[in-house]
Amino acid sequence: MKILIVGGGMGGTILGNNLARRLAQEIKASKVQLTMLSASDKHFYQPGLLYLAVGAMMPDELYRDQASLLEPGIDFHVDPVEEFLLDDNQVKTQSGTTYDYDILVIATGSRPYMEEIPGLAENAEMFYTEEGALKMLARLREFEGGRVVITVGVPHKCPMAPLEITFMLHDFFKERDILDKVELYYTYPIGRIHSLENVAKWATPEFDQLGIKYETFFNMKEIDGDNKILRSEEGSELEYDLLVTIPAHKGMEVVENQGLGQNGWIPIDRLRLNMEGRDNVFAIGDTTNLPISKAGSTAHFEAEALGENIASMVKIGQSVRDYDGKVFCFIEAGKNRATYASFDYLNPPDPKPPTRTVHWFKVAYNQLYWASARGLL
Amino acid sequence: MAEKIVIDARGSFCPGPLMELIAKLKSAQVGDELEVLSSDKGSATDIPEWIAKAGHQIVESREERGIWHITVRKMK
Repeated sequence: MKILIVGGGMGGTILGNNLARRLAQEIKASKVQLTMLSASDKHFYQPGLLYLAVGAMMPDELYRDQASLLEPGIDFHVDPVEEFLLDDNQVKTQSGTTYDYDILVIATGSRPYMEEIPGLAENAEMFYTEEGALKMLARLREFEGGRVVITVGVPHKCPMAPLEITFMLHDFFKERDILDKVELYYTYPIGRIHSLENVAKWATPEFDQLGIKYETFFNMKEIDGDNKILRSEEGSELEYDLLVTIPAHKGMEVVENQGLGQNGWIPIDRLRLNMEGRDNVFAIGDTTNLPISKAGSTAHFEAEALGENIASMVKIGQSVRDYDGKVFCFIEAGKNRATYASFDYLNPPDPKPPTRTVHWFKVAYNQLYWASARGLL
Repeated sequence: MAEKIVIDARGSFCPGPLMELIAKLKSAQVGDELEVLSSDKGSATDIPEWIAKAGHQIVESREERGIWHITVRKMK
């Protein structure tokens, strides 16, 4: 049996290692061939970009050689897929190679979509790429005061990022001793300051206490860079001196261009994680159309459920469990404090007051992640 | 003929039914109807509130066995 994983991010890597261990005997006996295709020979720890943007991590802390993270049973190639031939159970890659599969898992992730909003790319800072995070850090270091507007597109990767960057900017300017010259102005698309009601209930008094202003029901429409004005779909206008955005995201170009899903989001069954209409094609992580958080932990828990199911399909011919919608997100709350939100399809989160202990655990997890990617944590 | 798009946001605490609707509306055509399925009773108030602010239209809102079916029309 040929199992093909497309994508070497968090979801693909955890799934590959999970399967390599569960199917070690079958791989050794050449009954199973486990192949991974990635666009890069490096594994990128994306959550670190938030810290890079405020100078709390360095770029070299965010990368490892992908091959060094993988179990020996995985046949790994740096060869991005250019065509998905799902009716033929094949993919074609940049090198011109054709890979056959019996089971295909697509875990290609997502990308910031700055072009969606006129003027956004030219006038806003964002931290969703290494280049963007470093440029934002430079702007923050030279900023001498004024109104900093935080603006949020949908859908976006990492649902806690809007709150986290706002708290971290507060700390950043406080440490630079220019907080009295800075007005932090947070905007959010719906009628409270976070999509999770309990998180919004916790964060709103925190904002009030810190003097962070906010405007809800604010969806970006366009940016007038010459006059430094941000306009919303709801009809309001905001002047800014520094614009920081959590941009809307799209699935990867190859997924969108191949027509696998609108805006690059692959439609899948929320429990089995198979692509609609396909029993042998699965998707995990950001690239799905599931109405749940686009976050590393989502990819992680989906990969664990799918790994168990693919292994059981090989061993007993059927899957054994459903994905329950589990997500776990740390929330950096500023002043060296953090909390977390844990939830699934049936149970909403109930975040506790932030503590230093959780913050330091998050800082530790930034290093422990590499064990997590190997499937050891 | 405008098409009807179904957004199955049952069990979506984050980003939640309204955020799912906002995202899908952006790529819909003017005149399209979108039906949101939500297990969150808050959708019955927060979706109409945003729809009014953003200048779209509520076509129907009903509850059926604990699931809210809210249909909106994109107006601009």
